Amino acid sequence: MWDYSDKVKDHFFNPRNAGALAEANAVGEVGSLSCGDALKLMLKVNPETDVIEDAKFQTFGCGSAIASSSALTELVIGKTIDEARALTNQDIAEFLGGLPPEKMHCSVMGQEALTAAVAAWKGEELDEDDHEEGALICKCFAVDAGMIERAIRTNKLTTMEMVTFYTKAGGGCSSCAEPLEELLSDVNAAMVAEGVISADEAFVFGAAPAPAPKKKATGFVIPDMPPPPPVTPAPEPISIQPIKVKPANAAKLSPAPVITPEPARSGRTSAQEAIVIARVIEEMRPVFQADGGDVVLLDVEGNKVSVEMKGACAGCQIASLTLGGLRKRIREELGRDFVVVPAPKN
Amino acid sequence: MDPIYLDNNATTRVFPEVVQEMLPFFSEQFGNASSIHAFGEDVGSALRKARRSLQALIGAEFDHEIIFTSGGTESNNAAIRSALAANPQRTEFITSAVEHPAILSLADWLEKHEGITVHRIPVDKEGRLDIDAYREALNSKTALVSFMWANNETGTIFPVDGLAELAHEAGALFHTDAVQAVGKVPIDLKSTEIDMMSLSSHKLHGPKGLGALYVRKGVRFRPLLRGGHQERGRRGGTENAPAIIGLGKAADLTLATMAGDLPRIAALRDRLEEGIVEKVGHCFVTGDARDRLPNTTTIAFEYIEGEAILMLLNKQGIAASSGSACTSGSLEPSHVLRAMDIPFTAAHGAIRFSLSRETTEAEVDRVIEAVPAIIDQLREMSPFWSNEGGKAEFNPEYA
Repeated sequence: MWDYSDKVKDHFFNPRNAGALAEANAVGEVGSLSCGDALKLMLKVNPETDVIEDAKFQTFGCGSAIASSSALTELVIGKTIDEARALTNQDIAEFLGGLPPEKMHCSVMGQEALTAAVAAWKGEELDEDDHEEGALICKCFAVDAGMIERAIRTNKLTTMEMVTFYTKAGGGCSSCAEPLEELLSDVNAAMVAEGVISADEAFVFGAAPAPAPKKKATGFVIPDMPPPPPVTPAPEPISIQPIKVKPANAAKLSPAPVITPEPARSGRTSAQEAIVIARVIEEMRPVFQADGGDVVLLDVEGNKVSVEMKGACAGCQIASLTLGGLRKRIREELGRDFVVVPAPKN
Repeated sequence: MDPIYLDNNATTRVFPEVVQEMLPFFSEQFGNASSIHAFGEDVGSALRKARRSLQALIGAEFDHEIIFTSGGTESNNAAIRSALAANPQRTEFITSAVEHPAILSLADWLEKHEGITVHRIPVDKEGRLDIDAYREALNSKTALVSFMWANNETGTIFPVDGLAELAHEAGALFHTDAVQAVGKVPIDLKSTEIDMMSLSSHKLHGPKGLGALYVRKGVRFRPLLRGGHQERGRRGGTENAPAIIGLGKAADLTLATMAGDLPRIAALRDRLEEGIVEKVGHCFVTGDARDRLPNTTTIAFEYIEGEAILMLLNKQGIAASSGSACTSGSLEPSHVLRAMDIPFTAAHGAIRFSLSRETTEAEVDRVIEAVPAIIDQLREMSPFWSNEGGKAEFNPEYA
């Protein structure tokens, strides 16, 4: 469990200003489902005075993301737009009595949503047309250069690890490590020139050990863009399928039978054995068919029985039950051990 | 309100009978089993008894096929390294994409630093192994295949008997990480072709810090820890006698009641997931419904995040766990859920409930009562949730 401050816990368990704000006239949105956190900040700004009279949030995320959002609304209510604009993620973290370093990105998300809402109110363009600023660095978490630079400057970040903790950039596939390092060293160099940090602290390009290429499961790609909308007109893929313990499953739970020493061979010829095996499979087919599958005998060679698995029996799981059960029945009939092997898919 | 512990795949409560069995071996019968005096003798015979108890639980043909280790991780490391060292002419290793880190991080290391070719076999949306990909990966260079018996996150069971036979057809050794399976499914190793199997004591109500590696008689073994002659020279170091004796007792207790416990636990698990799925909506059970551990269910709740769910459950005294990114310190959801291609809408909100034989119906009903309100509370806060039920139109500019 994370070491959350009491204030973080309080703002998570009793979030202030959660929900939709009907009279909102400035909204800032950041994050996505694929990123694992997202925030919609809604502000009600008085057009006469520029004072934020009310603020509410909707957040998808962990405990500290919800607490940071709650803290953000408390911080901005009563402030003018210009005062609010001066708030940073540090203010959010401080308000909460600190956040674990790995969770600082939650406070940065708050600041980003606020920046977006303020820009919207002011009618300013937000990054979109500014290629340099808006260049997407981390595709896994959709983090652009502007956000990373702001987080580096605000929090005086000088290591790659901290950049990931604060912005999540580089925390996925690591393929952005190089541009990220470049950006960190450029921003740090500028900060040294401005006298904000000392030259010793600054990150120098190439200083980070080369990241280990991340190993992925064969044949799998982690989507770097949000996945297709999950609720399509026909929501079958995520429809709820009540799980039932099938009789087959129940049978599996009984203790495995103890295998007795093999009796002597039956004295049949291989052709006769094959006939017996075919009969055993025919006898067992109704069991598989009842489960929506089927098994067909292809070949018997030596002690190897090849079968084709169809329907629910096919595909990946050679249900240990299916093949194990077949094997046992064949052994019972013929008194010697056979290996039952599913044929490869064509 | 009494706390409810539904995180038994993480660890289990040590049975009081197990503790009782262990206690004399700290301050009274404290001898070293290798010593030639009464102190050592007592311990030696207690260790032999414990070994036979474990042998009975896993259906090993011989008691000397069991090597005690420090836990599942050591057992896995020992098995993989032994197989590679014993077959230096074979340089390939096959495993699955959904193994425990105790396998996968070693596989990464071997691939990167020791010139081993690693095949990680994918799974389908229900977490079932792609057998065709496995067949294709097997070849005359395969030294070892290692597939878990049951998945720790979803409970999906791999058909290890058949998988072992396929490995042997290619002349490769077969190891299975059965840390989550031992005590939860009947295991009879002597009727299978499995060469090596890892298990961990604290997953079946034994003490922590102890595991075992089963190595079939006749399988060449190269020790990971060289030292004294303990465990027939296959694992040096003075035996952790109290823990081994505790595991022996836990094995006895598990074996004695397993036949009745497993169907009962499965029924409670089904009651739990049916109760939750029915009441909550927009959630689904992950894993293979047909072939699953009786005690495990992972339910993925859409549009909300797992850590927040766990914190609210914990406030009500309910302990569960999550494959979400935020609980682990990593930024992405668990590799198991990703390998299963669970949509991001739900992967971040996956919660695992793992029961034990101590779980009661009253506890399950309390969880069924508590969960819907927690999910509602978080969904109301989620920008992706619309009150009409389902996904809201929310597409942040930054995303």
